[in-house]
Amino acid sequence: MKITPVLVVALVPASLALAIAFGSVDLGPAQLADALLGRGDVIAREIVWGVRAPRALAGFACGGLLALAGALLQVLLRNPLADPTILGVSGGAAAGALAAILLGIGAAGLNFAALAGASAAAGAVFAFSLGRSGWNPYRVLLTGVALASGFGALVGLMLSLAPSSQVQGMLFWLLGDLSPAGDPSVALVVFAACAVLAFSQSAALDVLILGEDKARSLGVAVTRLQAIAFGCATLATVAAVLLGGSIGFVGLVVPHLLRLSGIHRHGALLPLAGCLGGSLLALADTLARTVAAPAELPVGVLTAMIGVPVLLFLLGRLR
Amino acid sequence: MLEAAGLGLSAGGRELVRALDLSLAPGAFWSLLGRNGSGKTSLILALAGLRSPQAGTIALDGVALAARRRGELARRIAVLLQDEETDFWGSVLDYVMLGRYPHSRSAWSRDEEGAALARRRLAELDLADRAAQGYRTLSGGERQRARIAQLLLQDTDILLLDEPLQHLDLNHQAQVMRTLSRCASGGKTVLAALHEPGHAARHCGFAVLLYDAGRASLGRSSEMLTQANLEALYQCPLEAAGTGSFLPS
Repeated sequence: MKITPVLVVALVPASLALAIAFGSVDLGPAQLADALLGRGDVIAREIVWGVRAPRALAGFACGGLLALAGALLQVLLRNPLADPTILGVSGGAAAGALAAILLGIGAAGLNFAALAGASAAAGAVFAFSLGRSGWNPYRVLLTGVALASGFGALVGLMLSLAPSSQVQGMLFWLLGDLSPAGDPSVALVVFAACAVLAFSQSAALDVLILGEDKARSLGVAVTRLQAIAFGCATLATVAAVLLGGSIGFVGLVVPHLLRLSGIHRHGALLPLAGCLGGSLLALADTLARTVAAPAELPVGVLTAMIGVPVLLFLLGRLR
Repeated sequence: MLEAAGLGLSAGGRELVRALDLSLAPGAFWSLLGRNGSGKTSLILALAGLRSPQAGTIALDGVALAARRRGELARRIAVLLQDEETDFWGSVLDYVMLGRYPHSRSAWSRDEEGAALARRRLAELDLADRAAQGYRTLSGGERQRARIAQLLLQDTDILLLDEPLQHLDLNHQAQVMRTLSRCASGGKTVLAALHEPGHAARHCGFAVLLYDAGRASLGRSSEMLTQANLEALYQCPLEAAGTGSFLPS
């Protein structure tokens, strides 16, 4: 199995189609086609356009944002283990969201609390890693990891204090869950903006692999590039986390799946990571909705359970 | 013309260069000699605009380096660093092609002209048959030559090289010196930090000697590279060249 650009691009419509075709209610092919074209049964139309299409797009946007953020962070921090959780942003959002659940604030307040937590974490990372000589990837990493574990402790505290009736909702949020995602349009706009911005820097990111001094000598405005790319990765992570909670593994694994298949140039890697991350999460969410229907599994569990063996398989084959 | 005036450099609390005036004219090949820790690398980084000097100014054609944009500097000054990244994902040709970044940054079309130039640079440095090979599979000396090929592809009129001969065998040391010498006779400015005065005497018309405690002297190689000067520079007795030292002809 080798992941080719054509395969990745073809997977986008295929995954969205599957996400719309399958769900807890079984629609036949004819009914599905009618509903897609806006004809026939009102309930079927509502299921397809009102429920499944936004959910499929939410999954796609969320996965694409996470994979894009992961690819950017891996090159910026020169660390193959970097993923969106490393910025502390997911941890901050989780602490905010759980506090909102604990205090019994509604969905809008929950999103606001998650956004506040994420912004606080992002602000701290930025404040502590901008030194006199520009960005310091080492400090980004250290601040992010420290914040993440601090927020982890807060999350643990809230889980232990919460009444048992709230714990399941909290766990779903922590594991990553797209069922309360709602309208994906904001996330899709953020995804498009981040993808275009990151893509515009792809040649400079290729040169950055040579090290900061060498990249400067080749004409890259390194500090500006790092600010743009970190900003992009942070924004993408915040948008993804607000949509689907802390969905793990997509941001770490998707860029590596592409690199293991020989795709390294950022002009190809970044857009393909967006496409592959989006498709894989849309597919994983379809599975999460249907495997134990009418119950839903948290999609974050599925991404890890699919992602780990796939990565290990590729690692084993491409020695 | 790259000019430093009243240049002062220090590192780790030690003064390396004090009040140095240096002007590098087109067509001149300069060697930069000095003991370990004498400030060769600091001087090269400052001249490349990668570190701000503690004192003095560095100007390219009369305009301070700090006032010029990175992209513009990259088309005028190329620098070979002493420690460049040793890992790269792609082929030797991919690696060398990064030297084209200041000139062509289209993400859409393949840079055929650049690839042809890159192959010529690789051939000049005996790496023609390595072009398609993975950069990771190269030996230390071959990587060093690939870095120099990338530097030449940057096609600037000023070349600053920090220990260009490290890891190279005798034959390729001479080959790189000849290549740099050709660059200088073609009108480029070249400055190379070297550890072998023999190479400097044979190929470089001018020399900068960095002594301890910030003192420096510079001038024509024929006047600078005397036994007395070099003994003072390296603080060790030397035998006259020709008896103890062999250079490839």
